[in-house]
Amino acid sequence: MNVLLHKGENCGFVKSDLKAKAALNHPKKPALKKGKSHTVFFANPPKIIGRMSVAGEKEGRGPVGKYFHKIVDDDKMHEKTFEKAEYDMLLAAINGAMESAKVKAGDIDLFIAGDLLNQITSSSYAARELSIPYLGVYSACSTLSESLAIGSAMISAGYYDKIMCATASHFATAERQFRYPLEYGCQRPPYAQWTVTAAGATLLSSEGDGVKITSATFGRVVDFGTNDLNNMGASMAPAAMDSLLALFRDTGTGPDEYDLIITGDLGKLGSDILRDLMREKGYALGQNYIDCGSLVYDVTQKCYQGGSGCGCSASVVNSFILDKLSDGSYSKVAYFATGALMSSQSCYQGETIPCISHGVILER
Amino acid sequence: MSDNAYVKTRNERYEKYVKAVSPSTSPLRSLFNSFWIGGLTCFIGEGLGDLYALIFPELSVDMISNITSMTLISLAILLTGLGFYDVIGRRGGAGSFLPITGFANAMSSAAMEFKSEGIIFGTSVKMFSIVGPVIVNGVVWSTVAGLLHLIIFGRFGA
Repeated sequence: MNVLLHKGENCGFVKSDLKAKAALNHPKKPALKKGKSHTVFFANPPKIIGRMSVAGEKEGRGPVGKYFHKIVDDDKMHEKTFEKAEYDMLLAAINGAMESAKVKAGDIDLFIAGDLLNQITSSSYAARELSIPYLGVYSACSTLSESLAIGSAMISAGYYDKIMCATASHFATAERQFRYPLEYGCQRPPYAQWTVTAAGATLLSSEGDGVKITSATFGRVVDFGTNDLNNMGASMAPAAMDSLLALFRDTGTGPDEYDLIITGDLGKLGSDILRDLMREKGYALGQNYIDCGSLVYDVTQKCYQGGSGCGCSASVVNSFILDKLSDGSYSKVAYFATGALMSSQSCYQGETIPCISHGVILER
Repeated sequence: MSDNAYVKTRNERYEKYVKAVSPSTSPLRSLFNSFWIGGLTCFIGEGLGDLYALIFPELSVDMISNITSMTLISLAILLTGLGFYDVIGRRGGAGSFLPITGFANAMSSAAMEFKSEGIIFGTSVKMFSIVGPVIVNGVVWSTVAGLLHLIIFGRFGA
């Protein structure tokens, strides 16, 4: 007897071996304790009044390249270091978002941002330029969805009027921090991913027209015991599953009730695994499920399983997804970014990779 | 089933599943690539050695192999600086990092990468970050080999 495994790319089905099937038969246990809701529903849903995405040259050549607001030709942005380039990119995204909403930095009440670098330096340096109250958050690649969730909750509660959420990642800075020098000739396994050089900024407001954020699902840290630094998709897929299950349980909905379900940067392998995990829990993710990581590069760009990094989903959501929401192609989108919360140190010390997934529901 | 046992079996099953679905590299292709790239490096080395022997017939064999290694190292560093060696390395695997050229690439790439933190705290500190293990293990295991030689044959050297 063969099991049908879904291969996300072209949505065809291929036969796989029995080993995979045996491995999937988890012991039965309810995924979440009943009663506690992970989802908060906003009484006064905040609106997205401004947004901007900045992407690198390589990302600009990808399938969603034409949707990005600004493509940077020079990966170093004519700066001395890549770190400075990342911070420049983040600042460009923030300024662009403010321009698109026609507001000044002084009109914004709070700036929530994070990035992949140690001590989230890019975000803090950007906050230095803005000189408005700043909340630094770290949730690896799910930084944008976490900051959107926090910002939305604060606006809905009435404490703030305008909140800027932003994040950025850069291939060169992430490589140097998590892996090897750029010019070092090493091989990557075929299940590796490529850190996206991009930044995204979203401006939330209590009033105005635009896409609304109606609810947010805060994720739990999920660890299925993987410790391969190169196989991020397999590590993060269970976290995405956990949060999606929480969403479906808390809202009483199923995958078909969303025009689109997007995950952050699981990559091709990770999104295939998520489909399998979800099917096992009784939810079939169909054509309406996509992953930003597998969307951002095409096959010829040799980026293995696709993109990763916080800029990945931040740039795709702020361009392609919100464009399609604004023009009416979609009316309800679940955006669940996933983050791997390890450091290279903890992995060398034999620790497994804890992962998290925060999500928000974007509605027209 | 208790919580711990549940997590353990779940993780084991997940690991098995991930192994089954993750793509793997084709060993034949990797072997082929590393053999021809490694072989080509050695071929160039031998050619250089013969060339030096022809131009400077008065030099000893040892000296010629030294100069050949120096030339290969310089070439590898030049290719690293120009941004070609990582492309070779992606193809060649062990064929490109095992020869002396791979060592040169590992050192020069780290030196270039961390130049942004300055000469002392960047380049000088981080230059050995990749090749450090090679040097440490080289020294330790050659010491062990030398001691074994001393114990078995009662003398150092050949």
